[in-house]
Amino acid sequence: MADEQQQRQDGPVLELKDVSITFDRDKVLNGVSFVVQPGETRVLLGPAGGGKSVLMKLVNGLIKPDTGSIKVFGQEITTMTEAQLFEMRRRVGMVFQESALFDSMNVEDNVAYRLNEEGTATEEAHKRVQEALDFVELGKAITKFPAELSGGMRRRVSIARAIITKPDLILYDSPTGGLDPITSTTIVQLVVKQRDVSHTTALMITHRLQDAFVLATHRFDTDKNEMQPIPDHGVDENTKFLVLNGGKIVFDGSTLELTHSEDPWLKSYLS
Amino acid sequence: MPFASPSEFVKTNVIAVQDYSVLCARAIAALFSPPLYLGDIFSQMDAIGFGSLPITILAGFFTGCVLALQSATSLQQFGAISMTGRLVSLSMMKELGPVLTGLMVSGRNASGMASELGSMKVTEQIDAMRALGVDPIRKLVLPRVSATVFMLFFLTILSDAVGVAGGGLVSVFMLGLNGTSYFHSTYRALVYGDVVQGMMKPIFFGFIISTVGCYFGMSTKGGTQGVGKATTQGVGVSSGVMLVVDFLISRLTIGIFGR
Repeated sequence: MADEQQQRQDGPVLELKDVSITFDRDKVLNGVSFVVQPGETRVLLGPAGGGKSVLMKLVNGLIKPDTGSIKVFGQEITTMTEAQLFEMRRRVGMVFQESALFDSMNVEDNVAYRLNEEGTATEEAHKRVQEALDFVELGKAITKFPAELSGGMRRRVSIARAIITKPDLILYDSPTGGLDPITSTTIVQLVVKQRDVSHTTALMITHRLQDAFVLATHRFDTDKNEMQPIPDHGVDENTKFLVLNGGKIVFDGSTLELTHSEDPWLKSYLS
Repeated sequence: MPFASPSEFVKTNVIAVQDYSVLCARAIAALFSPPLYLGDIFSQMDAIGFGSLPITILAGFFTGCVLALQSATSLQQFGAISMTGRLVSLSMMKELGPVLTGLMVSGRNASGMASELGSMKVTEQIDAMRALGVDPIRKLVLPRVSATVFMLFFLTILSDAVGVAGGGLVSVFMLGLNGTSYFHSTYRALVYGDVVQGMMKPIFFGFIISTVGCYFGMSTKGGTQGVGKATTQGVGVSSGVMLVVDFLISRLTIGIFGR
């Protein structure tokens, strides 16, 4: 337990070394290596079909790589059994691309799913669900079913489900994908709020460059309960970028390094 | 449509058999370790067992009726019409009861399992369940398998009973046979080996129907079209495998009991 606590504070939360995976003879990821430090929010950018969602599933042990090493909280997960992976996933929250809410359950049961599985008392679970839903500003939708919610509301419920157990790592798989700009900003605000209020380490995929830069250039003001631009055109130091193209990492660094990169492909992608 | 190479075809099918075997092994192993989702098991028993009751009783009853009607015509030619009850009970108990009930449950429930799990698979709900620390084999597959095996056994007994009763009604009211003599001959016809054969089959059939339905559901790919394909395959393959296993069990029990 003490070692685990130490690991929480010291080592990298996520460490990938030379990870490759092939589907139907297509090399989806080819020698991917990167590290995510505690408290860091790593934004994963890249064209569609570049292997971003596959990478996210690899990190949560939902699929296994053909080669390479993946360490989460310092533990090698590629050799873990499914039972060991369930233990590891207790510390990881995941927001799926299309929300992946259980459509036969209402919002409360969806958000409380993990708590119910862990045998948390009903009253305690209800209280924590209400807190999580209040965090995503959806407290009134507790009795609704996923089919009754809009796309943006479903994403927010999905975020509430991911954060209810206060995980040490959150994986956001395109949380703004397919949403209108206003709803997207609401979702990004929630990601910023989670980053600045709970200081949780996060890995976030996005196709929208503007969302990524909003994340890097804003911080959450708890007094005003809203997202504010960082003064003097500043950027959040804990927000870093990773760009994937054709299954390979083409950029790994800070916001300023990304915007000042001289790489022709990167410049064309960012423009 | 391009033809698949023979080696690809063989590889795909060998991998499918391997995946199916792993799913079966994990479902059986999950039965012997906690947590056991009893609520889900009872809920599936209700959906699969009680839900299939009307169609099973209907099929069993009218099969018994037709069996009596058809066999009486042939038996009459040999002056053996009093053997009608014996023929109905042996046919129902050893073959038609288990097979027809299995086919009814397969059509109704293997398709339901494949489409339900398939929809969950394509909408990433299965992955979400795993990400939330819950084993889908334990939560989704095991309740369906245990409920189908348990309920198909009793549905088959009911089907046998109403089949014999249906045959009795036809024999008494349409063929003019003596009711007591009919039921006496149905009872006297059955020996231990027949009952074992008839009761053994639904256990295997229930396992095949549910595991094949769940396997196709859990391995669904390709959106709503994939769900439709999984549903069709679930019913087709489970029914086919069930009939092959029916032959094997019949041969085995004939080898053991001599009838």
